[in-house]
Amino acid sequence: MSKIGLIIGREYKTRVRKKSFIVMTILGPILFAALMVAPAILMRLEDDDFKNIAVIDETGMFDQYSLKNTKNLNFDFVSDKYFEGNYYNVSKAKTDLKDSDHFALLYIPINSLSSNNGSVQLFSYQQPNMGLKMHISNGIEKKAEELKLSKKAEELEITQKEIDNILMVANTSINVVTTTINDDGSEKESSTTVAMIIGYICGFLIYMFIFMYGSMVMNGVIEEKSNRIVEVIVSSVKPFQLMLGKIIGVALVGITQFVLWVMLTLGIVSVTYAVMQKDLSPAELNPQTQIMGSSLTDTTDVNTDDMAKFSEITQAMDSVNYVGLLLMFLFYFVGGYLLYAGMFAIAGSAVDNETDTQQFTLPITVPLILGIFVMLSAINNPDGSLAYWFSIIPFTSPIVMMVRIPFGVPFTDIIISMVLLVATFIAITWLAAKIYRVGILMYGKKTNYKELWKWLKYKN
Amino acid sequence: MNQTLVAENVVKKYSSHLALDKVSVSVPEGCIFGLLGPNGAGKTTLIRIINQITAPDEGTVYINGEKLSRKHIAQIGYLPEERGLYKKMAVGEQALYLCQLKGMKKADAFRELKKWFEKFEIENWWNKKVEELSKGMQQKVQFITTILHKPKLLIFDEPFSGFDPINANLLKQEILELKRNGSTIIFSTHNMSSVEEICDYIALINKSKKILEGEVNTIRRDYAPDIYEVQYSGYFNKMIATLTSDYKILDVKEFEGGSKMSIELLNKEMTNNDIIARLTNFGNIESFQKALPSMNDIFIRVVNNTNSEQAQAQN
Repeated sequence: MSKIGLIIGREYKTRVRKKSFIVMTILGPILFAALMVAPAILMRLEDDDFKNIAVIDETGMFDQYSLKNTKNLNFDFVSDKYFEGNYYNVSKAKTDLKDSDHFALLYIPINSLSSNNGSVQLFSYQQPNMGLKMHISNGIEKKAEELKLSKKAEELEITQKEIDNILMVANTSINVVTTTINDDGSEKESSTTVAMIIGYICGFLIYMFIFMYGSMVMNGVIEEKSNRIVEVIVSSVKPFQLMLGKIIGVALVGITQFVLWVMLTLGIVSVTYAVMQKDLSPAELNPQTQIMGSSLTDTTDVNTDDMAKFSEITQAMDSVNYVGLLLMFLFYFVGGYLLYAGMFAIAGSAVDNETDTQQFTLPITVPLILGIFVMLSAINNPDGSLAYWFSIIPFTSPIVMMVRIPFGVPFTDIIISMVLLVATFIAITWLAAKIYRVGILMYGKKTNYKELWKWLKYKN
Repeated sequence: MNQTLVAENVVKKYSSHLALDKVSVSVPEGCIFGLLGPNGAGKTTLIRIINQITAPDEGTVYINGEKLSRKHIAQIGYLPEERGLYKKMAVGEQALYLCQLKGMKKADAFRELKKWFEKFEIENWWNKKVEELSKGMQQKVQFITTILHKPKLLIFDEPFSGFDPINANLLKQEILELKRNGSTIIFSTHNMSSVEEICDYIALINKSKKILEGEVNTIRRDYAPDIYEVQYSGYFNKMIATLTSDYKILDVKEFEGGSKMSIELLNKEMTNNDIIARLTNFGNIESFQKALPSMNDIFIRVVNNTNSEQAQAQN
């Protein structure tokens, strides 16, 4: 047993110290974190861009408070400058815009507030972003509503306070909460979108990992064979020990890399968010309170809508059992890897150099790619019979089952799938050992499947 | 004498051919045993069986009288014909690894390795990667890892292939040194002159069968019963020398200041003294000796004989 330990140790140490491993381990999380943080950073980058906006307000109802100046946004009222006796010279203001330090010109016509569907104009040389448009429409809508409500209050001879009360009572927001009921009767809030995304990522990672670490085993076997060190080693240990040591060693490398990736990604993401949040103003940091406080008037407010969606996602994400998911992922990753590692070891032992491996990697590639295709369809119908069968069949189960798990899978399905996976990987490893034992000492002849079959039947 | 290794009636079949057909050899303790035979004769198969890389279909192998088992792995050192090292691994680390696989403790292996690295003056290789070393340098490292665990039985498969003459000589000296220290050495080779120089015993395998086994000197004498070489200085009367039916002249070489004649004795009654007495009549004898055939001659003769016998049997 201690010899297997030595082999595992060598396989692990030499791989973990490789430059490619270190580079991958560092680059991976940066890439993942970038994918997660990038949207937020992009938003922040836009925000950082200070914009000065000229305003011609024909209504005379607005000031910097109603349009809400922020750190990066300033509303500069230029109405007086362009007032020419009886009208505002908007076309002159437009011409002036080019050479001014104003990013855009906001024109609020006199009649914009009279109807329920008014419009204002924003002139600029660059396309303004959504955030700016939304900010302006929010500000104007709110002001217009306030004005209309106070006018109505006067007509009805009631106070502003009473109006607010009425609105408070009428304010309605509906959120469809999806809840899945487990077999044991317990319930769990869930989100189909989140489940889909998580399932997709998990399935794809497993596919990638099996390929990456499986080929690592194959290349290791070929290296030993082409270096001709293998005969020295099998005079000290059994070929089976050498093969198993290699498979386990590489598995540990994979687990190490995965754990490092998870930790580093979480680290980078949380550090980035922490740094970003420090920069944010309190209003931006907590838009919910701001909305609650000031915009009781509008139930279809874009921000509240977004917030609802956002909190739904965070809720759904909270509802996923991450520890369970991680354990499942590790099981299917290790199980799937072990299943395929034996096959990769056969491929490695059957050839003299890497260029000849193609015919033997085909039976490895086909089920894995099939798994990916089934996964793509299973993601839309995780309880269909296609998804069911392919999550039971061991060659595709690691990929397909990972897609089903976030949607909730009956306990018995998981157990059947796991037992079959373990049984198959033991069978494959046993088979692989028999072929590997002969293959590693065969040089110089082209091997085919008939030859492999013969090797399988060799005694000792 | 104790037999370090005994193989009895070893049979190994592969699906298409018989690799070993009831081969028996016995290797006495403390000798250098040459395992000879043409390519594909079954030498490597026998060596792999001794190393437990593969198991025989029939027959038994004994090490020091005990049936071969996994515990003997630590007592055997093996340098295969197809040999190599992990190219990307550092020399010292790799040597340590290989010795530990043979069952040595890490600290012991480290101490012994340092000793050998000093002896071969290669201490500064310790942290180098194997791929930075020349082939000959790699062979040295390999040799050290083969013998480091002080095995009682050493097996070298074509040890001289790939060595330059200087390193081959160094290797030869080390092998002789190992023998003096009590190791038993089996080595397989095509290089017949090295067999004459260092082997005590040989076994010859051809077409899966052992066809010859024994002490090198006995075999050479057996295969050259009646051939003598005599060298004359100065004048040598070749004419008179031919006038006899007691022997047949096989060859005469004349050179400046002398001649050399080889004869095959036909009259089996004659002793060496009788022959010398006769030969003194033809000139001034400088040397007289029984001609021993080279192992190369014996090898070719025996292999060809068995091959033609087989061919006849088939016809």
